[in-house]
Amino acid sequence: MSKDTLTITIDGKKIPATPGQTIMQAADAAGVYIPRLCWHKDLPAGGNCRVCTVKVNGRPQASCVFPAEEGQIIDNDTPDLKDFRCRLVEMHFVEGNHYCPSCEVSGECELQATAYRLGMITPTLPYMRPKHTVDASHPDVYIDRDRCILCGRCIRASQEVDGKSVFGFVGRGAKKKIAVNAEHNLGETDMTKADKAAEVCPTGAIVIKRQGYRIPYGQRKYDKKPIGSDIEQK
Amino acid sequence: MAGDQVKTIRSIAEKYDKDPARLMDVLLDIKEELGYFSEETIGVIAEAMNMPRVKVRDTLSFYAFFPRKKTGKHEVLVSKSVVEWMNGGADVVKAFEKELGVSCGETTSDRLFSLGYAECIGMSDQAPSAIVDGVPVGNLTPKDVKKVIDAAKKDAVSDLPGAKVAANLKKEGPVIFAPMENGAALDATLKMSPDEVIKTIDKSGLRGRGGAGFPTGRKWIFCRMNKSDTRYVVCNADEGEPGTFKDRVILREKPDLLFEGMTVAGYALGAAEGILYLRGEYAYMKPALEKALEERRKNNLLGADIKGKKGFNFDIRIQLGAGAYVCGEESALLESAEGKRGAPRERPPFPVEKGYMDKPTSVNNVETLCAAARVMEKGADWFSAIGTKDSTGTKLISVSGDCKEPGVYEIDYGTTIADFLKLCGAKKTKAVQIGGPSGRLLAPKDFGARISFEEYPTGGSFIVFDESRDVLKYMHQFMEFFTEESCGWCAPCRIGTSLLLVEFEKILDGRGTQADLDNLKHLGELVKTMSRCGLGQTAANPILTSMESFPELYKAILRPDEYIGRFEFDKAVKAGEEMAGRKSELEEAHS
Repeated sequence: MSKDTLTITIDGKKIPATPGQTIMQAADAAGVYIPRLCWHKDLPAGGNCRVCTVKVNGRPQASCVFPAEEGQIIDNDTPDLKDFRCRLVEMHFVEGNHYCPSCEVSGECELQATAYRLGMITPTLPYMRPKHTVDASHPDVYIDRDRCILCGRCIRASQEVDGKSVFGFVGRGAKKKIAVNAEHNLGETDMTKADKAAEVCPTGAIVIKRQGYRIPYGQRKYDKKPIGSDIEQK
Repeated sequence: MAGDQVKTIRSIAEKYDKDPARLMDVLLDIKEELGYFSEETIGVIAEAMNMPRVKVRDTLSFYAFFPRKKTGKHEVLVSKSVVEWMNGGADVVKAFEKELGVSCGETTSDRLFSLGYAECIGMSDQAPSAIVDGVPVGNLTPKDVKKVIDAAKKDAVSDLPGAKVAANLKKEGPVIFAPMENGAALDATLKMSPDEVIKTIDKSGLRGRGGAGFPTGRKWIFCRMNKSDTRYVVCNADEGEPGTFKDRVILREKPDLLFEGMTVAGYALGAAEGILYLRGEYAYMKPALEKALEERRKNNLLGADIKGKKGFNFDIRIQLGAGAYVCGEESALLESAEGKRGAPRERPPFPVEKGYMDKPTSVNNVETLCAAARVMEKGADWFSAIGTKDSTGTKLISVSGDCKEPGVYEIDYGTTIADFLKLCGAKKTKAVQIGGPSGRLLAPKDFGARISFEEYPTGGSFIVFDESRDVLKYMHQFMEFFTEESCGWCAPCRIGTSLLLVEFEKILDGRGTQADLDNLKHLGELVKTMSRCGLGQTAANPILTSMESFPELYKAILRPDEYIGRFEFDKAVKAGEEMAGRKSELEEAHS
């Protein structure tokens, strides 16, 4: 074993990793899928959703940010974790207002697809019914905060990839929301529909206008295959 | 916005070199001048600081003490921690509301007074208490309210008898509250190499006094190990855990001991700068602390070539917080000290590797640094002879609630809870909340256990409930606190705290079934397992530990039904019935 490779064990399976890799990166490369919502392949990890929590030598850690280290024994696909993840995804649903049947992102939504994959049938927790307004002030992109899961991808994309600061968080705890870098609304920012920030939303909270139904329901990405299939087919 | 206000903002930004890392100070200074932050003000700040508006708003919106609306000339913030309520705080709030003619959270029409709540302000031993125009006032009764308001009008709050914040130091032990000469610890320290100093601390067995109990020597070893052109010593004085006030007493009675401890750490770690992160609620102590620092600079105990030691340069600055419990978490504290929202960081990297401004940083509690100074002065063996094998030294406990002598006690580690209850004059004790809301609720069967890292550790909060108390009511208040204080970064805590509260309320309302209780426990375990930082990982403790310690209290309020829905018809139509002035007439369902 040279020092530029190391071995971790996920659910009893030995997996190679390189120093500096996170557990998730190593797992992805080996075709082992760990469910996630806020992580995106082109962005730094945020660690906001915690759906990718695994047990590293018995301790819960978010695999998107936790470094792989030689000899780690990791639990991923266990009944307990699956159960918590499913409930956690459910929590995301009741925190916002998600109208899947009428949402133009249905079938391409990572929240919906992850819920299907984890076997969620319907929320059993009480709905919080927050009141949000839609920001349609921008000519090409609109924000529907009903569907925002506060994953922070748009913030990271705008900062790290677009070199702008179009988005940011505002408020604390349950009052936390996505805000824009303007006095009133998105229309006043320097956002364009070509921005990375316009395409990374996992749900339908940031949507590019006039593209909604180019692909009909039933023929969309996750209508055909469960989320994570691309990783497992490696 | 008036031109002179714009000028004010710009000059404040200049004062801090337009450094985004000093945004907290910029905002605090602007609040002092303008009182509140309109969207227009935020725009001017963003421009003056050369920062995106969204980043200014991000920091600003996170903290309780940065109002977005114009507030009154005077501000009354009534503390709403559990002990305040036990001692009649709710009546004090009502009296303020009546006297001012507004509800809590509002400003009087003449714009003279704003009335609001604050979380625990570190005055549980003198509850009910409030912060009035920045000055803490304790031992309030509804009768005092008018006097407080009159004093505020005359800008004479400090003259009120309740504003003489008593130390309430009930027991002085050999470590923190024994007399010490300024410089004595430094004399001993400077005779050694930095590595020898760290070895001494390590040998003493000193562990973090904030609650987590990480060995201080190990922390310093790790911090020193990381190669860097500079390192930082940060003192965590964000004493926000409800029911804790021991650091309040240290900061007022023993500031020199703390600064000496920080200087010892500075020498050991090779740090040039120390930062004392002081919670916003303790801003009233800042002038005295600044004075103590100035005195130390004069006496060559801070600054360049300290105590004549060539090349040992170290100074301390005070960083004020602005009202956020989560900033007591060390990485959130560092984010806040860097001018950002107090969101905890992912670990690794730990602060000892990448801390303040990404430099190796040791974050230590106030009491830990004081103890470190004494270890240097009197030796590791002297220190480790006190306490137990794994918990050496003494511990400051802040006691409040149902006991005759609330206050601060310096006790040896290993003291049993029962002995301690005797010491503070607690009688007919039903339960003890140890370590604050994030700690545990203990029942009498646990009172034989010892206060120590081996058994029940505590950051210092010790709340006593006697037999007359409905403890679940207070657990509910703790849950409200966590819901209020969750930073919102990670979903399990942000959403979970609100859900726990709602589900807990269903049970407390007498509408819970065994299935609801099982669900609540499951949800609590989820929040504990999946959350990002200590706040979320302990937020369910009031529920989980009260279930463990007092299952009979839950059993007594559970309903035998298999299922009770969340929706209550009677409750839902009640408002309508009141408006209509009659009961609903229900038709039989069609069969």
